[in-house]
Amino acid sequence: MSNADEFTVYGGLSEVTDDHRWAFGTGFTDPLEGIDSSVPAGVDGAALARYSLMLGDDALVYSQRLQQWMTRAPELEEETAIANIALDLLGQARLLLSRAGQADGTGREEDSYAFFRDEAEFLNVRLVETVDADFAELVGRLLLFASWRLALFDRLSGSKDPVLAAIAAKAVKELTYHRDYAAQWVIRLGDGTDVSQRKMQAALCVVWPFIDELFTPHPAEASLPGVAVNVGTLRAEVDDVLHTVCATAGLDRPQRTGLTRVAGRSGRDGVHTEAFGYLLAEMQSVARAHPDATW
Amino acid sequence: MVTVTDAATAGKIAAAVPDPELPMLTLADLGILRGVRAEGDVVVVTITPTYSGCPALREIAGDLRYRLRQAGFAHVEVRSQLAPAWTSDWITPSGRRKLAAAGIAPPGAAGQRASGPVPLTLTAALRRVGCPRCGSQRTTQTAAFSGTACKALYRCDECREPFECIKDI
Repeated sequence: MSNADEFTVYGGLSEVTDDHRWAFGTGFTDPLEGIDSSVPAGVDGAALARYSLMLGDDALVYSQRLQQWMTRAPELEEETAIANIALDLLGQARLLLSRAGQADGTGREEDSYAFFRDEAEFLNVRLVETVDADFAELVGRLLLFASWRLALFDRLSGSKDPVLAAIAAKAVKELTYHRDYAAQWVIRLGDGTDVSQRKMQAALCVVWPFIDELFTPHPAEASLPGVAVNVGTLRAEVDDVLHTVCATAGLDRPQRTGLTRVAGRSGRDGVHTEAFGYLLAEMQSVARAHPDATW
Repeated sequence: MVTVTDAATAGKIAAAVPDPELPMLTLADLGILRGVRAEGDVVVVTITPTYSGCPALREIAGDLRYRLRQAGFAHVEVRSQLAPAWTSDWITPSGRRKLAAAGIAPPGAAGQRASGPVPLTLTAALRRVGCPRCGSQRTTQTAAFSGTACKALYRCDECREPFECIKDI
C-alpha cells in the first residue's frame, strides 16, 4: 500500500491485514459449517435437495420482496419489523439452500443457487413473488405466508432428516412472532376506520387466490416419507388461524378460487408470475455482473 | 497435540469473547457456547446461533479464531450446532445483570411450549417488563421489533425513557 492510499477512505477496506474484524469482501461462511451433512439412510439425496430448495426458495424470494419495503414503511417501527422478518427468512433460506447443496452431493453453495439459477429453476410458491400494492397487502400476505409456514415447519421439526428438523425447530420460534405481527396488523386495520377496513378487505381479496397452491401436495413430498411434510394435511390448522384473525378483525374471508395452474404446473414446478422475472433480475444482477467476486 | 490443560485455557478464552452486537455480554453469558475441546492439534469450538439470520455469527467465529490464534492455538475450527435451538432462557444470571446495567431489559422466561399448534397472540405482549433505568413496572411495548433481531422496543410510563428488551424466544 502506498502512502497516498493510506489516506483514502477505501484504503482500509482493501488492505490485507492481520485484522480479524470483518469489513468488506471477506466472503460468507458456510451457515452449516461443522454440522453432520450426511443424508440419512434410505433417503433419496436428489429428492431431499429439491425439497430443501422448495422451502429455501419460499424464504429467499419472500425476503427479497420484503426488503423492497425498506425506506417505504409507514413508520420506523414497521420498518424495523419488516427488516427483521426479512432477515430471519434470509437466514432460513441460507440454511436450506446450503442443505440442498449437501444433499445432492454437488457441494453447490448457497450463492450459486440464489444468484445463478434462472426463473424456471426456482421452486417457490407464487404467493411470495408478487408485489404488495400497499401496507394492507403486505400484512395480508404475511399473515397467509407465516401461518402456513409455521404449521409446516412445526411438523417438519419432527423430520427424519436431522438437519431439516433442526432448521425447522429454530424457524418455528421466528415464524411465531412473524405471524403474530401480521395478525395484529390485519386486526388493527380491519377493525379500524372505514378506509382501513375497506383497504384490508381488498388486500385479502388480492392474496387469497394464492392459498390453494400452498396446500396442494407435490410429488416431491410423497417421495420423502418421514422427511417431508404433506402440505395437504395442514389446511384445517391454518384455516382455523385465518378464521380467528378475520373474525376478530370483522373481515370476510374471500371466496376466491385458486390461481390458475399452467398445464397442471405451478410455482413448485418452476412456473411463475410475470412479476417474478423482475424480482430475480434485481436480486441477481450484481452477482452476475461480477461472477468471481466474493461478498 | 493440544493437552487437557490447553483445552481448558482455550475454553476460558472462548467463553470470554464478547458478542459483537451486545458487547457487554460474553459468549458464555449469552449461552451460545456449546463446548470447546481438543481434537488432536485442533481446538474445536461449537456454538449455537441465536437467530437463523443473525449476521453476528460470522463475526463471532472470526473473533474466536483470532483470539485463540493470538493465544498460541495454531489450528482452530468453529462449528455450529443447530439443535437444540437457542433459547433466551440460556442467558446466564450474570448476563442478565450486565444487560440491565447497560439499560437493556433482560428477557422473561420463554419456557417450553405445550404440544399442539403454536398459539396465536393477538394482543401486544402482556408480560410486565421493569424499566432498566428507574425500575418502574409501568412500561409499554412500543414495537415487537428493534434494531437487532433479538430485541423489542419499550417505553417507561414513569420516567418516559425508551428502552430495549431482549425478546423471550
